[in-house]
Amino acid sequence: MDYTIFILILPLLSFLAIGLSGTALKPRNAGAGGTVVAGLVTLLSYYTAFDYFTTQNVNGVWQSVTPCNFTWLNVGEKLHIDLGIMLDQVSVMMLVVISTVSLMVHIYSLGYMKGERGFGRYYAFLSLFTFSMIGLVVATNIFQMYIFWELVGVSSYLLIGFYYSKPSAVAAAKKAFIVTRFADMFFLIGILVLSYYTQTFDFGVLIPGDASLFGPALGTTFMGVSAMSWAMALIFIGGAGKSAMFPLHIWLPDAMEGPTPVSALIHAATMVVAGVYLVARLFPVYVGFTPEVLHGIAYVGAFTAMFAAVIAIAQTDIKRVLAFSTISQIGFMMVALGVSTGMGLSEHEHGGLGYMASMFHLFTHAMFKALLFLGAGSVIHAVHSNEMKDMGGLRRYMPVTHITFLIACLSIAGIPPFSGFMSKDEVITAAYGFSTGMGVWMTVIAGLTAFYMFRLYYSIFWRKEYKVRDGRRPHESPRSMTIPLLFLALLTVAGGFIPFGKFVTADGTQYIIRLNVTVAAISVSVALTGIGVAAYLYRRDNAYPAHLAKGFGKLYRAASNRFYIDELYLFITKKIIFNGISRSFAWFDRHVIDGAVNGLGRATLRTSQAIRGLQSGSVQWYAWVFLLATLLITLLAIW
Amino acid sequence: MAEQIIFYLLAAVIALFSVLAVTAKRIIRSAIYLLLVLLATAGLFLMINYHFLFTVQVSVYAGGIMIMFIMAIFLTHRPGEDMKRKAVGKINYPALLSIAGAAFCGCIIVNNVSRAYNYLKGGEIGMRDLGHAMLGIEKYQYLLPFEAISVLLLACVVGAIMIARKEKEKEKEKEK
Amino acid sequence: MGEIILNTSLEAVPLQAFLIVSLIMFFAGIYGFFTRKNMIMMLISIELILNSVDMNFAVFNRYLYPGEMEGLFFALFAIAVSACETAVAIAIVINVYRRFGNAEVNNIEQMKE
Repeated sequence: MDYTIFILILPLLSFLAIGLSGTALKPRNAGAGGTVVAGLVTLLSYYTAFDYFTTQNVNGVWQSVTPCNFTWLNVGEKLHIDLGIMLDQVSVMMLVVISTVSLMVHIYSLGYMKGERGFGRYYAFLSLFTFSMIGLVVATNIFQMYIFWELVGVSSYLLIGFYYSKPSAVAAAKKAFIVTRFADMFFLIGILVLSYYTQTFDFGVLIPGDASLFGPALGTTFMGVSAMSWAMALIFIGGAGKSAMFPLHIWLPDAMEGPTPVSALIHAATMVVAGVYLVARLFPVYVGFTPEVLHGIAYVGAFTAMFAAVIAIAQTDIKRVLAFSTISQIGFMMVALGVSTGMGLSEHEHGGLGYMASMFHLFTHAMFKALLFLGAGSVIHAVHSNEMKDMGGLRRYMPVTHITFLIACLSIAGIPPFSGFMSKDEVITAAYGFSTGMGVWMTVIAGLTAFYMFRLYYSIFWRKEYKVRDGRRPHESPRSMTIPLLFLALLTVAGGFIPFGKFVTADGTQYIIRLNVTVAAISVSVALTGIGVAAYLYRRDNAYPAHLAKGFGKLYRAASNRFYIDELYLFITKKIIFNGISRSFAWFDRHVIDGAVNGLGRATLRTSQAIRGLQSGSVQWYAWVFLLATLLITLLAIW
Repeated sequence: MAEQIIFYLLAAVIALFSVLAVTAKRIIRSAIYLLLVLLATAGLFLMINYHFLFTVQVSVYAGGIMIMFIMAIFLTHRPGEDMKRKAVGKINYPALLSIAGAAFCGCIIVNNVSRAYNYLKGGEIGMRDLGHAMLGIEKYQYLLPFEAISVLLLACVVGAIMIARKEKEKEKEKEK
Repeated sequence: MGEIILNTSLEAVPLQAFLIVSLIMFFAGIYGFFTRKNMIMMLISIELILNSVDMNFAVFNRYLYPGEMEGLFFALFAIAVSACETAVAIAIVINVYRRFGNAEVNNIEQMKE
């Protein structure tokens, strides 16, 4: 399977070629080139998946294959950082997801970004992102993953700040980068702690690791918790930053300042699931040796999901609603991973159900969330505004967008037979398997999800008649934008029927998904309730929503202000860190360090002024000094 | 015996006139006193049988250099002008230092130069040997310094002319 | 008394005597160099110093190494060099005189900015 190296190299070359040619390359050619490369990568990924899933089956267990792996850096006697490609069931699935969504975004951007300044730059960055994300998922060792993790962060920064003349975009890009970088600090510490005790970075060694490998890490304790737990928790924090878990979620809503296709690619389908992928990659270690960290992950995910869902109900910017929806859904994925109790998944043992559910939900979420974002982009393109109040009744003008958006909304709400129902069902089943409380909690969130998604849907496409301003009627988007919508809609419909358990499970064994009728009935009814309430409130313009908002009063205001978390962060950084700590350090730097250096300069000046008199210009004075010195030396020589 | 007397005579001349040379009021007198010192030194050289050195001292030093000095004095002085001495503070530091230094070195000389030395009542060094030494190229022979000195003399002559020549009228007009 | 005179008169002149003579010349030159304002006067003092050094070399050669000629040649070359140096110095003095009207050494004390 050596051809897989091209999946990595092609986007990198595309980035270099488009990026370095700059304005010499006509925008049309840049777009075409980028899209062609994305298409090639997609074809290669599909072929890799086909090849892998038809050949790598040994006794019903999927094997992991390493087509290439070479040592890049030797650190110490046993540690070495490699760069390579590892294919196993999860990474192949991710390859398919990433390349498909990337291709859709490439095609979509041909229409959406037409005429924008920096078109070539945009496609270069898209290629860079594709390269980085693929490198992340095929990483053979945790350090390579970290390298590409950072690269993905950089691409995200570049793309969010694409409209670099807008101050809000620049600020959002900075915020995203700094918050994720802050989390990555913990990630790095976690990597270092883990590799210190296990003396390896390699996944091939860590994943089938046993007690002898992790013995020293488990034995050492720090503040009552074993070093292993510290390491795994720190690594999770890094993942939490990238995946926008509470309280590191603050960057994702602001990241919507970037172009909408970027939001679709990075902040819905691929980059934000990097954290989930990280936990999934290290899942055997988590579930086997640090189950308490796994429980922590479940709680964090659950809280984040509820938190984001509540905020989404009160948002008016359609992209913000989708952003919080993403945070909530990733919470679902984290919960699914967190409630797993083992690796096995079969008729009798359901410990590994959460893992499979999480990966399934990742797959389907990528499809319908990308569809939602691209649809939103289509709407924004037609209406030139992000706010819900400027929309309404658009179903008459944009039929394709309308239908595909509806399909995606149904999917995310969990209505059969769409894919979202299948995956979400598995997640909730796994949650019930952990504890009834968790199952109920997740079901409630599912209901809220249905509610706010259909609030969004009705507000855009029904609610009131569209007020045509300046004679500009909204029109359906060009074909370059609607074709990706249709393709993703197809995947959303059909994706649910993929026998996912046959392909992706924690220990590689195959599993046929069985529907748990009780859970399915409960979740579908909750979803329908949510949709019903949303239809009642938002289908036609009426005063009920305003009354409800007033009724909830403070809660509603807090939710629409995102529970003031951003203000809290600002307060901490400005008042405490800047004023308290930084100021004293700055004083120290200015007065003590600079003072010392300046003082040295002043002393030198004064000394030189004192000695200046020796250079009088008078020859006799010089001879005088000379003679005295000679006599002195003679005296010294004699005594 | 005669040698001693001649030596002490010449020594007295040297001592007296060198002190006078540096304390004279008029500069031309200073130059003349210097001339006498140089001639007496030449005499001393003759006394120790260095005939060639005596010749060179008289012809180059006393003859050439003193003439240069006297010409320079004529060129840079209005006649009859008295030379002002530098104003000295309360304590005459240079005099003090000189006398102290002289005393110090004198002590050293008198106390330490008592090792046996070999005074051969020999004849003079022959001109032939001197000539061979001056223009030979073996060890202890001085062809290279000789040639170097001649180049140095050339350079100094040219340099002196360059430094001291009058600015031409044309250059003065150019400056204006 | 007579023996002392006889003894001293029969021996050669002691080395220390020559050295004392050159010592007096040397320090006279130093005194003159520090005390005089006129540049030519300073040059004369320098000549005194150089002369004392020549005498030292010649005398040491005669008394300590009578067969060799190093000291003699050194004195010779020193005289030649002193001639060169005097020539150039006098040229400079003449320049200074043309510029300032007198040949005093405190005219040329100011250093370049």
